[in-house]
Amino acid sequence: MADLHLPGTLTPLFPGLPRRLDIEAATVGGAIEELERRWPGLFDRLCEPGPSLRTHIHVYVDRERASLATPLEARSRVDVIAAISGG
Amino acid sequence: MPKTLLLVGTRKGAFLLESDADRRDWNLRGPYCEAWQVYHAVHDAVTGAIYAAAASEWHGSAVWRSNDLGETWTHSSEGISYGEDSERKISKASTLAARNGRVLVGVEAPGIFESKDGGETFSLLTTLAGQPGSEAWDDPANQPPGHLGISAIAFDKENDSRFWAIVQGVGLFETTDDATSWTPRNRGLRADWPRPHEEVGFCVHKVVRSDDKRLYQQNHVGMHRSDDDGHTWTEITEGLPTEFGFAAAAHPHDRDTFYVVPLAPLHGRTMPDGKATVWQTKDAGSSWKPLRKGLPQEGAHLGVLREAMAIDTYDVPGLYFGTSTGQLFASNDEGGSWSAIASYLPPISSVEVAILD
Repeated sequence: MADLHLPGTLTPLFPGLPRRLDIEAATVGGAIEELERRWPGLFDRLCEPGPSLRTHIHVYVDRERASLATPLEARSRVDVIAAISGG
Repeated sequence: MPKTLLLVGTRKGAFLLESDADRRDWNLRGPYCEAWQVYHAVHDAVTGAIYAAAASEWHGSAVWRSNDLGETWTHSSEGISYGEDSERKISKASTLAARNGRVLVGVEAPGIFESKDGGETFSLLTTLAGQPGSEAWDDPANQPPGHLGISAIAFDKENDSRFWAIVQGVGLFETTDDATSWTPRNRGLRADWPRPHEEVGFCVHKVVRSDDKRLYQQNHVGMHRSDDDGHTWTEITEGLPTEFGFAAAAHPHDRDTFYVVPLAPLHGRTMPDGKATVWQTKDAGSSWKPLRKGLPQEGAHLGVLREAMAIDTYDVPGLYFGTSTGQLFASNDEGGSWSAIASYLPPISSVEVAILD
């Protein structure tokens, strides 16, 4: 189970979505697809067509910058960050 | 007694203001839509739903909806995409039109999506492909900052298969067969720049319908009127302080009365001389009169964007406009006098009004 942490801008959009949850997935993309299965529409909020991560959505796996293809280990920590931008 | 509802789209969410039919005292609620930038918020008179076209810098574009006048909201972007393999990307949901439960969403890159299930899912209706020069619409060199793509959609009053769409910086188009085919409606408009195609290349900011045959238009270069359903246009700028502006509103009961907010051209785009003024014609553009009573007349360098003015349909209509610095002004006497009903909102993108029985 990966230890997934989500940004505070995301959770108000989907009732019941917690800031932190355990998730079983082989890659970052797989983790987001699992979130989509549980909270339909969530994939669009993190990813663009392609698919790829949205420009200002950054993902780190065990503190290393990651992409959708980045593999997850059983005890990986995954941080999804809404990058600081705008005003 | 009917209730008057103002829907205000801002850079930081949607706001709602409620009043009674007197339209003197207003109750402000919001922000809604998780403070996403709301480009346009509208009300469907038949279903009672509110829709808001919005985009988040982090989470992309979506259409928010509320079926209980703003008490609860949800959002969807399901189907608002040109596809996984397309080079066309959607930067924002720019504009909305809602009619009888059907929702049309104009987006950038230019295209219109529709929902037939109350905003839960969407499908691509048209990209207006095949119009002159449309192959270059996505070229960043042809797009000004903040490009809206489809900047407005307006239904015909009677026929739901007929509507107009503005492609920003390109022109006005009409469909009479539910977007199967489109016709440019720009003849007679002025353009002070070279155009490779005769029928397009015009900077149409706002088009409002007056009656069955008449349309008014605020253009980048001049005010215009059409008395033949947009087939031809005549310039009616003379008498206005500038030819530039965005917002416009047509009187619901008098086809000759029309309102506009002229702005300084070029990059300033604020009210001339710092005097907040709405201009009114009561003779279809032959003459213009400034409406200033109650509006700030000193140091008021206010901008008003293309969807940020609205008029209601009471016997004595009320007018409303919001500024790009967050002031919201209202008149309950056809523009004769004004008051600020909100002064510290985020920058305002759109103002719409609905009368709820």
